[in-house]
Amino acid sequence: MCSWIVEKAAMDGVAKGPDGWMDIKQANVYFDHPFKAAMEHALIVDFVHDPDRPNGRVAIEISAESAQRLVESINRALTTGEAVHVLGEKVHA
Amino acid sequence: MTTPYQGLMAETVTHEGADGDLISGYFARPLGSGPFPNVIVVHHMPAWDDATKWLASRFAFYGYNAICPNLYHREGPGEADEVAAVARAAGGVPDDRFIGDMRGAMEYLKTLPYSNGKVGMIGFCSGGRQTYLAAGRIPELDAAVDCWGGRVIATPDQLTERQPVAPIDYTADISCPVLGIFGNDDQSPTPEDVNKTEEELKKHGKEYEFHRYDGAGHGFFAVDRPGYRPVQATEAWKEVFKFYGKHLA
Repeated sequence: MCSWIVEKAAMDGVAKGPDGWMDIKQANVYFDHPFKAAMEHALIVDFVHDPDRPNGRVAIEISAESAQRLVESINRALTTGEAVHVLGEKVHA
Repeated sequence: MTTPYQGLMAETVTHEGADGDLISGYFARPLGSGPFPNVIVVHHMPAWDDATKWLASRFAFYGYNAICPNLYHREGPGEADEVAAVARAAGGVPDDRFIGDMRGAMEYLKTLPYSNGKVGMIGFCSGGRQTYLAAGRIPELDAAVDCWGGRVIATPDQLTERQPVAPIDYTADISCPVLGIFGNDDQSPTPEDVNKTEEELKKHGKEYEFHRYDGAGHGFFAVDRPGYRPVQATEAWKEVFKFYGKHLA
């Protein structure tokens, strides 16, 4: 850990922070020491509005097991008819 | 018998950093005319946070001028965790910038009218790595304490534009005594990494002492985290003050 390794994913969507909804352009994902969670290590995701500025971020710090469950849930949600239809359209666009 | 007087003050200050930039630091000192020895406290990766600033006050309580420079000053202003997130996404603190910031912090401490002119450094987690790096790159440093610094040893694929050289590669240049504090359950650095670092220090004839603790993992000084190990931490803190007492007096 203590590695500065960050996985980045471009985002198209919005997230709600303390000041309301904002556009989200990137998700920074890493497994390292959290700031707040009472854990040695956590899976951390920063959904950021502007990657270069310290304002406009929605953050989560969750256990590795929680992250795994989240990934499985997301994958299941993406196999529903509507999602498959949308993703399929993008694949064939 | 008179009860001895104790007092300290702590506040945010600005001092020069790399490239002449002014950066913020949390500074604590004992009340009195000194001269007091000095310590730079290098914060860990999650943030320039309250827990690390408090450690500067701890050193002041025990008779040291101490400063905890804000390594993320340039990524701010903003809340500590927000600024840290920006620094992390950018690839972390560049090593050259860190060294410049530490030189500035040293100058700040050395020129205090109540300073004895000697400066030690202590760093935790990524700050432990940075402290080992500083020991090799800043010859004016008088004592370095690496607390479980991860990635002192790095494989080529772990080197980046911002951290281009593994700190262990500067071992031959280290000119101050090094104290290492490690938990045997740590995964970064692993006990094997610690052994390799020790071998390198030994090979180059450096003055060092390593203390390894069973039943302790990464960050076992952190009283607000689940990895806190009070017995091992208390023993290790004694070693830190013994080390500084010997080399910064």
